[in-house]
Amino acid sequence: MDPKKSGRRGFLKESAALVGAVGAAMGVAPSIAGETPAMDDMSSKEPKELIAYGERSHFVTSTRIPVAERMSPDDFGMTFHVLTPLQDSVGIITPSSLHYIATHRGSYVPDIDPQEHKLMIHGMVDRPLIFTMDDLKRLPSVSRTHFIECIGNRARPSHKTVQQTHGMTSCSEWTGVLLSLLLKEAGVQQGASWVVAEGAETVKGATTVPLAKAMDDCMVCYGQNGEPVRPQQGYPLRLLVPGFEGIHNIKYLRRIKVVDQYYMTYNDYGHIAADPKVAALGTQLGPKSIITFPSGGQKLLGPGFYEITGLAWSGGGAIRSVEVSTDGGQTWKAAEFRSPSYPMAHARFGFNWKWDGKECLLMSRCTDELGTVQPTRADVAKYWNKPIDNNSQITGADNTVFPWRITSDGSVLNGLA
Amino acid sequence: MGLRRIFMLVTMLATVIVTILGLSQSAKAQSPTYGVGRTPTADEIHAWDISISPTGKELPQGHGTAKQGAQVFVMRGCGACHGVSGSGGPAPTLIKSDGKTKSQFPCLTPCVNDSNVMALHSPYAVTMWDYIRRAMPLNSEGTLKPDEVYALTAFLLYKNGVIKEDEVMDAASLPKVKMPNQDGAGMPPEWKHGTPRLQGYP
Repeated sequence: MDPKKSGRRGFLKESAALVGAVGAAMGVAPSIAGETPAMDDMSSKEPKELIAYGERSHFVTSTRIPVAERMSPDDFGMTFHVLTPLQDSVGIITPSSLHYIATHRGSYVPDIDPQEHKLMIHGMVDRPLIFTMDDLKRLPSVSRTHFIECIGNRARPSHKTVQQTHGMTSCSEWTGVLLSLLLKEAGVQQGASWVVAEGAETVKGATTVPLAKAMDDCMVCYGQNGEPVRPQQGYPLRLLVPGFEGIHNIKYLRRIKVVDQYYMTYNDYGHIAADPKVAALGTQLGPKSIITFPSGGQKLLGPGFYEITGLAWSGGGAIRSVEVSTDGGQTWKAAEFRSPSYPMAHARFGFNWKWDGKECLLMSRCTDELGTVQPTRADVAKYWNKPIDNNSQITGADNTVFPWRITSDGSVLNGLA
Repeated sequence: MGLRRIFMLVTMLATVIVTILGLSQSAKAQSPTYGVGRTPTADEIHAWDISISPTGKELPQGHGTAKQGAQVFVMRGCGACHGVSGSGGPAPTLIKSDGKTKSQFPCLTPCVNDSNVMALHSPYAVTMWDYIRRAMPLNSEGTLKPDEVYALTAFLLYKNGVIKEDEVMDAASLPKVKMPNQDGAGMPPEWKHGTPRLQGYP
């Protein structure tokens, strides 16, 4: 037996005895049922290590999973798409360790020394500039809460859990420097209209972003949730293009070139569509919401009170309102915000609900600050003049209303199935 | 002091004020506020700038044909990941298969299978050149010489039926290749802050 651990256990026992004695003195009878079990923690780490860097309770087992279609890591050790466990989420911040991952067509997570990393801004600027990480940290910083969502975040009838249907969205507090500040330092020239952003990883993933967006609210981020950006999220530096589809948020950002035309990089070309309308739907993401409790795979314990809760977000700005339907969309009632609603960020909503024990269909829909309402699959089908089909892929990014089916035994199933 | 002299003085003063204001304004617009960061050397910019625009204006000198590209494809071991015939491997399909060999992988975003072969899907041939140069071979990117990149691009274009086997690809010819999907890239409307992504969409 580990002498250090047995020593600590002994101390805990004595403490428990002391608490019991105090309780008895105050006239409270200690009982087995009322005691807080003072078990030794099950961590494999030494207390000294845990004091230096904490870890979650071993009772908390929530993890990411790779998308069913492609394993991560694959045979080459490459990472593809990995899903956030939204079913276990509380509040609006996704723990950095559980943030969804999508890489530029599969790539290795690079091991970048921040002392070596640099960001170059060049192209149609008066003064090309190179910034070290130290340089960037000297500049005025901003911290903003923003979601990132992959355009591949599409619910399918075969999905069982909200992790599968919606797990490619996550939300963090991002800290860094506004890209507009850096571009102003460099002096953008007349005639410029786009920027090409590029990462330092193996495939040098690049994307083209409208200059108007770059000058509006894009961020060059070195911080995520109070610590440096995690390697899987682009350490030491990533671009954030708030509200645009995920692939624009270049990780391992090393270069920004100011240009006067769309550059059609490999990542851009993968998302092109002949119809400009489809192209528009794949750029700024529309309002979207999802109920995370109760959600697929969870179980209601019986009739009675439950808080229906979930997340709502939009690429068009802050979420203005969320509604919940407990009858398959026939009637809608206002949900309440259980968190602040920031622009281009997850907002947590709640809806007080008394389940009568009967089968029903739960869904949520949101409206953003532009007044855009999250559409149903029927709305989208009507727009494109197509039949409603739960199996077909939504044209453009999929932000449609999603139903959870509650069966009479309290099981929660995918309502598209 | 005569009126005329006063008028001249006022005019001079006004000119000086306007000049100072003008200078300070142009200084505000053109000089950096923080002065943090350094100027890259021309060599640094040249070494880092691997972006090739659809016009191909940044393409370097060099040339290659499909026949040479077939050799490079073998020499550089491209088939190990992409399949010996350019399809059926774990890496993106490069040459449209006969339709019988199905990719073992589904169509992730963006696709890696027959439906999205780069030579058939990309609206510009230069995008292929750009990506081969920036990303391949995986983990040894940047080691292909311009001639090899031109040759590989020519090989993939030829094998997908886009160009003839003897066509030479270089900085002049590559941007002019008529791509099967050259009209397939609809541009999104101009982005404006505080505007819905697509007017009229539900």
